Amino acid sequence: MQAFTTLSAIAAPLPMANVDTDKIIPARFLKTIKRSGLGQYLFAGLRYDDAGGERPEFVLNQEPFRHAEILIAHENFGCGSSREHAPWALLDFGFRCVIAPSFADIFNNNSFKNGILPVAVPREVCDQLMEDAKLGANARITVDLGRQLVIRPSGQEIPFAVDHFRRHLLLNGLDDIGQTMQRTASIAGYESRRLVAKPWMPVIAV
Amino acid sequence: MSETRPRTLFDKIWDDHVVERLEDETCLLYIDRHLVHEVTSPQAFEGLRAAGRKVHAPQSTIAVVDHNVPTSDRSQGIKEPESRLQVETLQENVLEFGVPFFDVLDRRQGIVHIIGPEQGISLPGMTIVCGDSHTSTHGAMGALAFGIGTSEVEHVLATQTLQQKPAKNMLVRVEGTLPPGCTAKDVVLAIIGKIGTAGGNGHVIEYAGSVIRALDMAGRLTVCNMSIEGGARAGLIAPDETTFNYIKGRPFAPKGEDFDRAVAYWRTLPSDPGAHYDTIVEMDGSEIAPMVTWGTNPEAVLPITGSVPNPEDTLDEAKRAQVQRMLEYMGLTAGMKLTDIPVDVVFIGSCTNARIEDLRAAAGVVRGRKVANTVRGLIVPGSGLVKKQAEDEGLDQIFLDAGFEWREAGCSMCLAMNPDKLMPGQRCASTSNRNFEGRQGQGGRTHLLSPAMAAAAAVTGHLTDIRELV
Repeated sequence: MQAFTTLSAIAAPLPMANVDTDKIIPARFLKTIKRSGLGQYLFAGLRYDDAGGERPEFVLNQEPFRHAEILIAHENFGCGSSREHAPWALLDFGFRCVIAPSFADIFNNNSFKNGILPVAVPREVCDQLMEDAKLGANARITVDLGRQLVIRPSGQEIPFAVDHFRRHLLLNGLDDIGQTMQRTASIAGYESRRLVAKPWMPVIAV
Repeated sequence: MSETRPRTLFDKIWDDHVVERLEDETCLLYIDRHLVHEVTSPQAFEGLRAAGRKVHAPQSTIAVVDHNVPTSDRSQGIKEPESRLQVETLQENVLEFGVPFFDVLDRRQGIVHIIGPEQGISLPGMTIVCGDSHTSTHGAMGALAFGIGTSEVEHVLATQTLQQKPAKNMLVRVEGTLPPGCTAKDVVLAIIGKIGTAGGNGHVIEYAGSVIRALDMAGRLTVCNMSIEGGARAGLIAPDETTFNYIKGRPFAPKGEDFDRAVAYWRTLPSDPGAHYDTIVEMDGSEIAPMVTWGTNPEAVLPITGSVPNPEDTLDEAKRAQVQRMLEYMGLTAGMKLTDIPVDVVFIGSCTNARIEDLRAAAGVVRGRKVANTVRGLIVPGSGLVKKQAEDEGLDQIFLDAGFEWREAGCSMCLAMNPDKLMPGQRCASTSNRNFEGRQGQGGRTHLLSPAMAAAAAVTGHLTDIRELV
């Protein structure tokens, strides 16, 4: 996983609430056995018309937002399916950070696992940031994970909260499977205790 | 101290699975059951392979193909190349990593959330995960069951654990008695209508009260299934005699003395009197009516007696725009009666409502009637065994005589990854769980409802109050 420290980038405003993962990437694009190459399908229903042509009114079909690395949206971003294809598609398009008033739980988890930082700030702040974002390439927004700040083009600093443990993993780009595998003794100990406490626990063999 | 503090069902299962406490409140949590399907697992197995890791506990893992499989004759294999590749990839992965597997022609094959309880694989007190948000279904067994992403699938395959922070506890208590014509589906749609699609974010929902207690296991599975549509990763119902009777004799359930010992443990799980809930929602079951969604998320739901909302009635400007967009996508006019909405397709299936009880409820409405000639009706059983049971009871013949298609088990038109999908602009009365834009096919329009209500819509050709048909 790529570490996330600070990011100064163009931000794309998407003023919609309850952006579900079917909207982020429709199910027909989940038939892949790879993680890469999904950026072209990101927001397919909003981005392309029925004939596959770009809808010019959609933000990611406009300059400079084709190069945006920060996405700003409204409440409950990423609700619905657990598909990790949603953060994969965002990442492949170039997004490293999503700012919204709130996130659905599974999407929130999946983002951290892929080096995408979900930043929750109040709705009014999101709306201010969206206004900043509309100014385009001359109004870069900065996200500093180390200091836990979003910095507006005006220089105003907006603090945000992030889970300490996840922040640590993300700042250092740490693979959490590798971390857990250092605890195999703990896991083996738990499994021995479980065998004694729940001897009835069936095994699956077909 | 922690032994004497009154604990919820969730607290007890959580405490019982902590392998190690990490930083903050994050714990390394042991996972008892890992369910795997073809869509969210290929990249996880690939990750194991790249790192030279093996599956830590294949005996706690079960794989099945469900999302991509055709529901027509499958003896000729899968025609669509990408779907076939995903299924073949799982077939190769389970062989390489030694994971138990129900393949496409196995009579036990079916939707992962149908087969877990059906096989006795999902049991009370367990932690159960799957790379699928509707894993919340298994909470009806009294298990802590939640959906995970593919990175976490890989983490569980490699270590049989997850790094997790405990959720907050929400209690949804539905007291009273359900009126005639109302089912578990109507209960959960009413709950989501009340709390909203984000109402359960950060929470695990425990469902309680006389209405929940009175539900059979099929109904409880339906309720827990849709917890995620209210934002909660997991839903829970305390195990009781209904649960134990359901489990007894199932293929992978404990047998004989082991079963008795398991039940003794399961009886310790229900929440203690005085246990703390962060959020409590109370509902009167006797006020619930048959429900149907009109918009493009599950909180956009109303009693069937209602009318399509008018965006002008919404005070919040952002909400007004959202309602307007929903009406445009759904092709509806503000103020029209819900019962005046015609449907093109009726889909009875999905992990929400494709159990034998659901098919019986639908057949009860269909018997002696015909599907309207403007409607295509599909019945997609949740598993090969549900299909067999329905055929033994003669339900298939009732559906076929009425003009329904009787199909093989799978996820099918719930998310349209197989050939079963809506055409742009088509309108579907569906027993599934999500009415998002394009969910059942690009440009398709979805109205969520119960199996009996879906059957009623099929025979009349429009959304219908089931109470007027029975």
